[in-house]
Parts: sequence; C-alpha cells; structure tokens
Amino acid sequence: MTSRPAADGPVPTPRHAAQAAPLLAVRELILRFGGLTSLDHVDLTVDRGVIQAVIGPNGAGKTSLFNCLTGVYTPQEGTIEFTSDGHTTPLVTGSGRRRRSRKPHAVNHVGVARTFQNIRLFAALSAFDNVKIAAETRYRTGPIGAMLRLPKARANDKSTDERTEELLGFVGLWDAADEQASSLSYGVQRRLEIARALATDPQLLLLDEPAAGTNPTEKRELEQLIRRINSERGVTVLLIEHDMRLVMAVAQRITVLNFGKVIAEGRPEEVQRDPAVVEAYLGSAEEPESGSAPEGTSGGTSGGTEEVHRDE
Amino acid sequence: MSQIGELPARVRRSRSVDPRLVRLFGWLVLGALLRLMTVTTEGTSTDHLLVIDEAFKSPALIAWLVAAVAVWAVTELWRARRIGAAVTVHTAGVRKQWSTIADRDLSRKLSLLAVVAAAIVIPQFLSEFYQRVLVDQVAVFVLLAVGLNVVVGWAGLLDLGYIAFFAIGAYTCAYFTGSLPVTPPFVLNPFVILPIAVIVCLAAGLLLGAPTLRLRGDYLAIVTLGFHEIVVLFLVNKNNWTGGNQGVSKTVPHFSINLFGIHYQWTLASLPYWYLFIGMLAIVVFLFARLEHSKVGRSWTAIREDEVAAAANGVPTVRYKLMAFAIGASTSGLAGVLYASRLGYINPASFPIVLSISVLSYVIFGGMGAIVGVIVGASLLTFLPAVLQEQNLVRQEDIPMWVGAVLVVMMLFRPQGLIPSRRRRRELRLASEGIADADAMSEAPEGRQR
Amino acid sequence: MCLSQHFWQFLIPGITLGCLYALIAIGYTLVYGVLQLINFAHSEVFMTGGFAGLFVCQALVGTGKVPHGAQSVSYMLAGICCSAVFGAIVAFLLERVAYRPLRRRNAPRLIYLITAIGASLFLFNLAGKLFGRDKANIPDLYTDGVVFTVFGAQVRVQQLIIVGAAVAMMLALDTVVNRTKLGAGIRAVAQDSQTASLMGVNINRVISQTFVIGGLLGGAAGFLFGTYLNVHYQMGFLPGIKAFAAAVLGGIGNIRGAMLGGLLLGIVESVSQSCMSSQWIDVVAFVVLILVLMFRPTGILGQRLGRAA
Repeated sequence: MTSRPAADGPVPTPRHAAQAAPLLAVRELILRFGGLTSLDHVDLTVDRGVIQAVIGPNGAGKTSLFNCLTGVYTPQEGTIEFTSDGHTTPLVTGSGRRRRSRKPHAVNHVGVARTFQNIRLFAALSAFDNVKIAAETRYRTGPIGAMLRLPKARANDKSTDERTEELLGFVGLWDAADEQASSLSYGVQRRLEIARALATDPQLLLLDEPAAGTNPTEKRELEQLIRRINSERGVTVLLIEHDMRLVMAVAQRITVLNFGKVIAEGRPEEVQRDPAVVEAYLGSAEEPESGSAPEGTSGGTSGGTEEVHRDE
Repeated sequence: MSQIGELPARVRRSRSVDPRLVRLFGWLVLGALLRLMTVTTEGTSTDHLLVIDEAFKSPALIAWLVAAVAVWAVTELWRARRIGAAVTVHTAGVRKQWSTIADRDLSRKLSLLAVVAAAIVIPQFLSEFYQRVLVDQVAVFVLLAVGLNVVVGWAGLLDLGYIAFFAIGAYTCAYFTGSLPVTPPFVLNPFVILPIAVIVCLAAGLLLGAPTLRLRGDYLAIVTLGFHEIVVLFLVNKNNWTGGNQGVSKTVPHFSINLFGIHYQWTLASLPYWYLFIGMLAIVVFLFARLEHSKVGRSWTAIREDEVAAAANGVPTVRYKLMAFAIGASTSGLAGVLYASRLGYINPASFPIVLSISVLSYVIFGGMGAIVGVIVGASLLTFLPAVLQEQNLVRQEDIPMWVGAVLVVMMLFRPQGLIPSRRRRRELRLASEGIADADAMSEAPEGRQR
Repeated sequence: MCLSQHFWQFLIPGITLGCLYALIAIGYTLVYGVLQLINFAHSEVFMTGGFAGLFVCQALVGTGKVPHGAQSVSYMLAGICCSAVFGAIVAFLLERVAYRPLRRRNAPRLIYLITAIGASLFLFNLAGKLFGRDKANIPDLYTDGVVFTVFGAQVRVQQLIIVGAAVAMMLALDTVVNRTKLGAGIRAVAQDSQTASLMGVNINRVISQTFVIGGLLGGAAGFLFGTYLNVHYQMGFLPGIKAFAAAVLGGIGNIRGAMLGGLLLGIVESVSQSCMSSQWIDVVAFVVLILVLMFRPTGILGQRLGRAA
C-alpha cells in the first residue's frame, strides 16, 4: 500500500532547541510484573504540538505504557517527565521501596488526560454529566460551598456548564447531550469519552485505540477530530492504534513497540520502511498495512492478554 | 469425609427432580420457618426443643403450611402465564399511568409537601406512647440513616461502625454538660454543643478514614466494625473518664434557649423534641439535597460508577471518599447530641453493633442513595416494630432477627430498595447486564469489554 | 519487659485458640478464593457447629457421669462429626439461598456484603430465640488434667485434644485441596473461573463444595471452641472477625496462609495479655488487621490461591 504523507507536513521543530524541552520525556522505563517484563528500557519523547502514535503488535506493552504515564502502574525503573510553562514535573519519583508515581488524578491535574481501550464512561449518567464531571475537576468547590450555594460555587457551576456545552459541540454530540451514556452508539461513546478527557483541559491527550470497533465512516470522523483537537485546541496527542490507515493519516511521528522494547521511531514513511518493524508485524502474522485488522479481537482479548492484571 | 461425596450427589440428584416440586418444598420450608419465627416464646439452651415444639405442635403450623401451598400454587400459575397474562394486560394501562405520574417532578414535590405537613400535624393527635416512639426511635434513626446514606448510598462505602460516631457525639454532649466524671473546662448548652460535636466527629471520621479509605470495600467494612468495637471498649473501660458501664453520672440536661428574650426549655415531653428533631432533619436534608446536585454529588456518582475513569479525569477519589465519610460521621454526632439530651441517660450499652447494622439496613431498605427513600424506609422500619411490639405481635428481642431477614429478602428481590433514586435503578440494571459497576467497592484494572 | 512475664503460660492457650482461628479462617479464605467475597455469615456456621455439638453431647452424656476411655473418644468424634455436618449444611444453604441468586444477577459487591450481614444477623438471632441467650456449657466428655508442663506453663488434655483435632483436619484439608480432583477443581475456579468452566469444570458445583468444606471445618471449630469455653448465640461474632483478620494476615485466598495466620494471631493475641489488661484483648486482632492492610496487604505468605484482587 502506498504511504500517504502526514497531513500536516514535517514535524514542527522547536525554534529555540536549547530551551524547548519536550512535553513528555520518558527515559529507560522498565515495568515488570513478577517474572514478566512488560516495558524494557523504553525511551519516548513527545514534543509539544505534535500528533504521535505508538504502534506495535498485540502484547507489545502499549497500554502498559499509558498506564505508567497516568500513574495506574508504577514502573520499577526509569523516569517520566512532563514539561509545561517551563516547569518540569516528574511523574515518577524515588527508587526501590520509596518508588512513587503520581496518582492518576494528580497526573490529570498536571495536564495529561486519557481515554481507555475499553470505553469507560459513567454509564448510568447522561452524556452531559459525563463531560461536566470532568470539567468540574478544574474548579475548587468544596462541600460547604456546595451546601450553601455560595456565589463562587454558582459561578463555577455556570462556567462548567458553558465549557461542557462547548465541548459537546466540538465533538458533535450536542444532540445527544441528555442521553444516557450507555444507550449511545459505540462511535458516539468514543467521541464522548474524548470530549470528557478534553474537559479536563489537558496539554497532552492519550488516546488508547480510539478507532477500535468503529466503522470506516466513524474512522474518518475520528481522523478529523484528532486533527482538530491538535490544530484548533493546541492539544498534543499521543495515540495507540492498530489501524494503520488512521495512523498514517494523522501521525507526525511514530514509535514502534515490540515485546516491551522500542524497535523503531521516526516519521511515518521511515518507520514503515524499517525492516525491524516489517519483521515484527509479518513475523507475528499481522499486516502493518491492513486498515481493518481484527478490531473486535484487539479491543477484546488484547485487554486480557496484553497486560497481566496485577497491582504492584 | 464421606459427606463431601454425598452432598454433590444430592445436588446432582435434585437437578433431575421436577423444579416445581423443589419450589413447593422451598415454600413449605419457608412457611415452617415463618411459623418458627413468629412464636412468641424463647428457648433456653437446656430446653432447646421448647420453641420448636411450640411452633410445630400447634394448629398454627397447619395454617402457615396451607398458606405456603397456596402461595406456591399462585406463583406456579403465574409462571405458567395462566393468570399472569390477563392480569398484566389489564393493569398495564394503570401501571403506565402511575409511572408517568410518579416520575414527574411535580408529584415528587407535592408528595414532599404532604409528608412535611403530615409530620407537623399528625403527631399532635397520637397517644403519648406513640409520640415517644416517634421521637426516640423514628426521628433519631431517620437522621442517622440520612447521614449514613451519604457514606453508603452516595460514596458507596460500607461503614459498619457508624454508631461509633453516634456514641462519640452523645458522650461529647454528656461531657460538655458536665454529666461525666470528668469536669469540662466550661459547661455548655446543648445547642452550643451541636457544632462542637459536629467538629469532633468530623475529626474522628477523618482520623479513621485517612488510613483506611484506600482499602477495598470488604476490608473497610471490617475495619470500621473494629473501630466501633474499640470506641465501645474505650467507653466501657475508661471508668474515670466515661463512667464505664454505669454511664453518665448526672442526667444530661435538656435543650433550652435563652437568647434575645426568647426563653424555651425542653422537658420530658415528647412533642417539643419531635419538632426539634425534625427541624434539624429538615436543615440536614436541605443541605444534603444541595450537595447531591452539586459538583461534590456528581463526583461521588462518578466514583461509584467507575472509580478508575473518575481518577483518570481528575477526581481525587480518596479525598471525596474521606469527605463523604466525615460528613456522615458528623451527622451521626449531631444525632448523638440530640439523643443524649433527649434521653438524659446514656451508657455504652446504648451503642451496640447491632445498631450500626440496623441503621445500615434502614438505608438499604429505603433505597440507597435516595434521601426520600431512606427517610421512608427508616421511618417504616423503626415505627412498624414498635407498633407490632405494642400489639404483642413481635417480641423486642426478635426484632434484629426480622431486620436480618428483611435485609436478605430485600437484597434478593429488590436490591434497589423501596424508593430508589432513578439513577440507582439504572446502575443496578446496567450491573446485571455486566456493563458497569454499581458501587465504589471493586473494579477491574483495565475496563470492561464492549 | 512485659512479654517475658508469663510468656509460656499465655503461649499454650494462644496456640490452642490459634488452631481454632485457623480452622475458621480457612472457611473465609476458601470462599474468598473462589468468589472474591467475604462470607460474613461464616461466623454463624461456626455458631451452628457449636450448638449442634452441644445438643449431641447433652443427648449422649446428659447429666450422667463423665465418660472415659473409648467412650470419650467416640463421643468426641460424634461431637465433631455432628457439628461439622451441621456447619456444612448451614454453609451450603447460605450459598444456595443467599449468594447464588446474586451471582446469577451479577450483583455488585456491596449487595453481597449486605446479604451476608443480613443472613448473619438473622441466623444468630434465630439461634438466640430458639436456644436462649445464656451461655451454655458442653458437658465434659473426659476428665481434664495436666499432661505436662513446659517452662512452667501447663498443657492440659483439653488443649492437646483441640490442637490435635484441628491439626488433623487441616492436614486432611491440605490433602484434599492439593491431591484430589475436588481440590483441583477448587484451585482452578479460584485461579480463573472462566477458563475453568471452559475446560468442563462445573462452577456451581465447585462453589457449593467450597462452602461445604469451609462449613465442615468451621462447624467443627465451633464445637471445639464450645468445649474450650462455652456456647452462646453470639459466639460467632468476635471469633469470626478475628479469623478473618487471621486470613488476611496469612494472605487472603491462601489456605496455608490462613492456617499460619490463625495460629499467629492466636499466639499474638494471647501473649499480648501479658502486656495489657485483658479487657483490651479483642482490640489486638483489629490492630493486626490494620497493620497488615497498611504495610503488607498481600499477607505473610502473599501468594494468592486465586486471581489478583
């Protein structure tokens, strides 16, 4: 299949190379579950303003990487640093017994939002409430303010309502605002989850297989949405995806994982031609070219086989 | 160990028996059990057959068994859709109308108004006995249930030691009114003690919750139970502070107002206390309703629905759980002050574990998460046993037994409670379809399959 | 130091009680392994065993003279068997009537817990109603006496019998779990019930068997406890919580962990009596539980029988 040039041209280079630290810098990350090494000396750099993709066969460690970034798992070794406004925040600190990773909600407040491989919406709530809950986390309204309906609390409520409406409009879910989340169609649920993540005002958005289980039309809409998130809202996007057509269409940079190791990195055309990548995919009987890989199974079983469900 | 081999065989064999006969057997057993439970005597460990004899050697047993067979027949016919279809069709229209009416906001507001009016007017016409029941049993426990609802219903945490805070509030009141062996720095009016108890219990709740709320739900339950035990042990053993098993050394004074020319003294009379209690309840319910529909309430819902997703979207889950826990604790403390002042006399035996479980059952029975449901459920479960006891239909010692049975039956047949919140009904329905989790007690690390 | 005082004197009763806690803890851990659920009502299984044993012994011995020799042995066995059987029956019914319908509905965890609590409340109050609220003593089945002394601490016949019976049951259980098809089924379901059912294991039957086994041990423990102390309608409450703490201490879901945890907790609890007044003794188990949950939540033996929580 012919490669398509990345839609936005070459990777934007920082004007002042010395000053511009990457938005996210992952160095020498090692994640182990008992005897299994899920991430093996993983290095990853995400520059501000790009759309970057992480690809790799099933079980390569991609979602584990996301989980490390968001504080769900604590990698045994390595560093994760998030830089914004010239201020660098480590997301994992300490070593040995005192190893700590920032808790998921704290990571979110630093500026990283995510969606999940298997959609995790607040099923019994409306689409509006799903997004509103996320938007509200940016405001400090405590129980006293809530009970007494202090003016600050009311103002916050109004702002979040406005923000929620804006976001629902942005992803095109305005009509579905009052529908119960669980009754929405799959593609719509995906967009809702993205809207919810955006409501937390992130600088970095992690999308975990956003196209899994969607039909070609939905994929095209997703492609546009991702680009708009990046260009209109200035959010850096890091996505895990199996759908190569989508990846090639939106990503400006690709990192390839296999068996927990980074085996290739660079521009889409470079990565596609990389022999190690070709071997990784062909060797495991998967075609990097196929636009419609078994999405159903990748959304289903990889959730089980890719990660060992253990809490360290 | 031959029993192990036998039992599975028994299980296997029963599967080839006609399920209708199995159900008949079940109903008969239930009938016999109910006969046993409603006997008005109690056995002793030397004469262990006493109650069984009395239950089964009387014609009343036949009545229960016949009733069981009748119920079985009706349910079998219903299953076979003989009578069911006709009934369902005829009532469908009525039921649909009822649900559209019941769900409307206006009807909820009207019923609320009706309840408030009833609560103000009706007690004046009741006998002294029932007025006392209303204050001592119903009002206190409804207040407690509303507080526990925040912890269990909104934050989804199982607190089995809720009464510990009740006790702390009550003893705080006793302390600051000078009724304990230890003299307080200043003696205060119970009204002033109310906010103090709230703060003390808030602190206690935070103290207990901070290390324990990150635990799994089951563990949290046991730990809170332990906390209750420890508090009671403390009250019993620290004689010189708390009066030990004897309880308060001086009667706790009643409420009184002496401000701005208003002088009112509460006395042993029940009615004034009733109005005091429901006044407090009204304030609490008003504040809680606001809380429910605010950012805080929504965050609690998010945590209940999917804790991992909530955290990923910036909700500080532990902090909110702590908040719920502390708010519940302070409500319990509030109720404790009112209780101590009303009764005048408290001792550690006033705060057994059974009470914690009872309040929990009121919340569950009424409709976990819905303030209205909880109030109704708690009122029913506190008022009804008192009435039945007065009519000598049920013995006081048997009430916990019935409470336990009600809990089990509710969970089996109507886990959403009597008057659940609409959201709760949705949550439970989704849970049974395997889509979501209806509480904050367990989650899979990676989300669910489509 | 407070510990050296009367250490051995407290150690012996500690081991005895510890064995009983271990028996009960196994019941909790087994159910947790296959269902990831704390069976709150297990304490009532224990109580049922106590009462069953009480009635059997009252029927056999009555107010006659204390038996000895072979009669004692047979009476003890009768007591243990009866209490075990009745415990198993209650456990079985509990699973069938209260838990299975919930499993069919995929009920959220909170519902299970509340059902368990309700069942527990119901059962012990029913027992109180049927059998009275006083403490009852099981008639002596043998003449007790000191067998030997260790460092100044007495070891009595009763304690030896209890420990012996408990150890025998634990060994039998270990054999069943590790060397029989039944045990393999339990271990399979505990590890991964979906795969186990795909491989032909009847999940419902295995779960019933798990409850039954836990019930046998719990019931027998109730009888032994009754011979050691007394039988009472609320006797299950505290030992139940302590046994649960023991199961967590040893590693919830891990059967050998439950045995170890039970023994350890019994010893720690008893020996701390030399340091604090006996009024606070019940607090020890809670303190242990909290410490374990905070510093080593997977327990001493760590590894779980089933899948990770």
